Amino acid sequence: MKIDPQLIWLAGGVVGLLALSSIITFVLKMRAGGKPNAVVANLDARVKAWWVMVAVFGVALATGLIGAVILFGLLSFFALREFITLTPTRAGDHRTLFWAFFIVTPLQYYLVGMEWYGLFSILIPVYTFILVPTRSALAGDSEHFLERTAKIQWALMVCVYCVSHVPALLTLHIAGYEGQNAKLVLFFVLVVQISDVLQYVWGKLLGKHKIAPLISPSKTVEGFLGGVLSATAIGTALWRVTPFNWWQAGLFSFLITLMGFFGGLVMSAIKRDRGVKDYGTLIEGHGGVMDRIDSLCFAAPVFFHLVRYFYT
Amino acid sequence: MTNKDFAAWIIRVVCGVKLLPVEALPSTPAIYFANHSSHLDFTTIWAALPQKIRTRVRPVAGRDYWEKTPRRLRIAKDFFNAVLIERKRVTVATNPLEPMLAALDAGDSLIVFPEGTRSPDGSVHDFKSGLYHLAKARPAVVLVPIYLQDLNRILPKGDFLPVPLLGSLSLGAPLQLKSDETKSAFLERARGAVVKLSH
Repeated sequence: MKIDPQLIWLAGGVVGLLALSSIITFVLKMRAGGKPNAVVANLDARVKAWWVMVAVFGVALATGLIGAVILFGLLSFFALREFITLTPTRAGDHRTLFWAFFIVTPLQYYLVGMEWYGLFSILIPVYTFILVPTRSALAGDSEHFLERTAKIQWALMVCVYCVSHVPALLTLHIAGYEGQNAKLVLFFVLVVQISDVLQYVWGKLLGKHKIAPLISPSKTVEGFLGGVLSATAIGTALWRVTPFNWWQAGLFSFLITLMGFFGGLVMSAIKRDRGVKDYGTLIEGHGGVMDRIDSLCFAAPVFFHLVRYFYT
Repeated sequence: MTNKDFAAWIIRVVCGVKLLPVEALPSTPAIYFANHSSHLDFTTIWAALPQKIRTRVRPVAGRDYWEKTPRRLRIAKDFFNAVLIERKRVTVATNPLEPMLAALDAGDSLIVFPEGTRSPDGSVHDFKSGLYHLAKARPAVVLVPIYLQDLNRILPKGDFLPVPLLGSLSLGAPLQLKSDETKSAFLERARGAVVKLSH
């Protein structure tokens, strides 16, 4: 089997970037000189978790569509678990939730895995939309009915439907780019996540003007602009691994980072509404699964549909 | 790793509850008391206790429920080493206190649910007097309040299909019966210690 050299360059670049982060963290730890420093300790935990996440993601992507479907299916499952735990539901929703976790979520990913676009793109917006209120109504509890139904539907849209569009990128048939979609997924995830990291870094370095202090105290205008622009620059520079030319790659990167920001902002608003700082504790230094993939949620379906519309 | 350690790990994963650190718990026999809303309650506390304590802890459960089928009895007796007590026909001969006191005297700890039965809506109901009688009979034993959250959403009363949400277990400061404390005052204080952990 011949491995795409561009894929090796991309993987090498990511590993190099992580190695650099580990070195910087090490230097910062040395400079702190054994004194406990919360920011450095958090950075250390975050970088270590990144190594694990990159390794898992790499293995999943190397096994093709099946691996990606399984990985993102599990991420959706854990994200849904965190989301519904924070959402007040009632005993009457119990069987509805059982459907959501054990029927709807696996089925959505099964449909992505069998590349049935016509059904995976409407399973949750159409059929689950009908299933959720019907099953809850059958349980016979009308208290806060619309609110409960809306919250479960929203949880499924964000945690399952939106996230499933990442492995779905592997199912797109782009002329002249056959068998290379793994690079498109890597490009997408890299731009989203690096934009997150860069917004954090720029915010820590220059951040002054808060965008929405009541929703997310760490999001600043300086962090947002710096992060979006530098991540867009990185995405543009990566245009050779994509089916796009350089300015198209730039435009897509800009759009992805913007959607990523919107996703992060909205998921923060939900956390503030529920009075918590993080969705969970599964990933050391980052919080829960939902805290890590919040910026992916809005970006994935938009990127998927634009690429599908213009390139297939 | 024994079968039981493995089962405890599975229960912690399913319910999303972490292992408690040994340092946070009393080293002498204790009575762990908690709110009750799901079958998962005693298994969760059992699973969250560190191995050293778990091997010497015995959940207290209603004989009428757990003796109904041979399978239930095996789970209660053989696996969890439960202390089965009479809830319905309490007489001198079936005094529920006796087996519990015997377990404490043997150096074991207890897991009890002073509400007596599972709460259907998840709120903490009034405590039955058993906890008071235990505290009065063995004043040296410490009582550890525990609040269990969302376990009734994972496995509600009357359902058998679990939904894998993230439950949580909060541990409160140990308390003991004061010498001049009345039964109702003590039970209200004990219940308050559990409710306080819910905020």
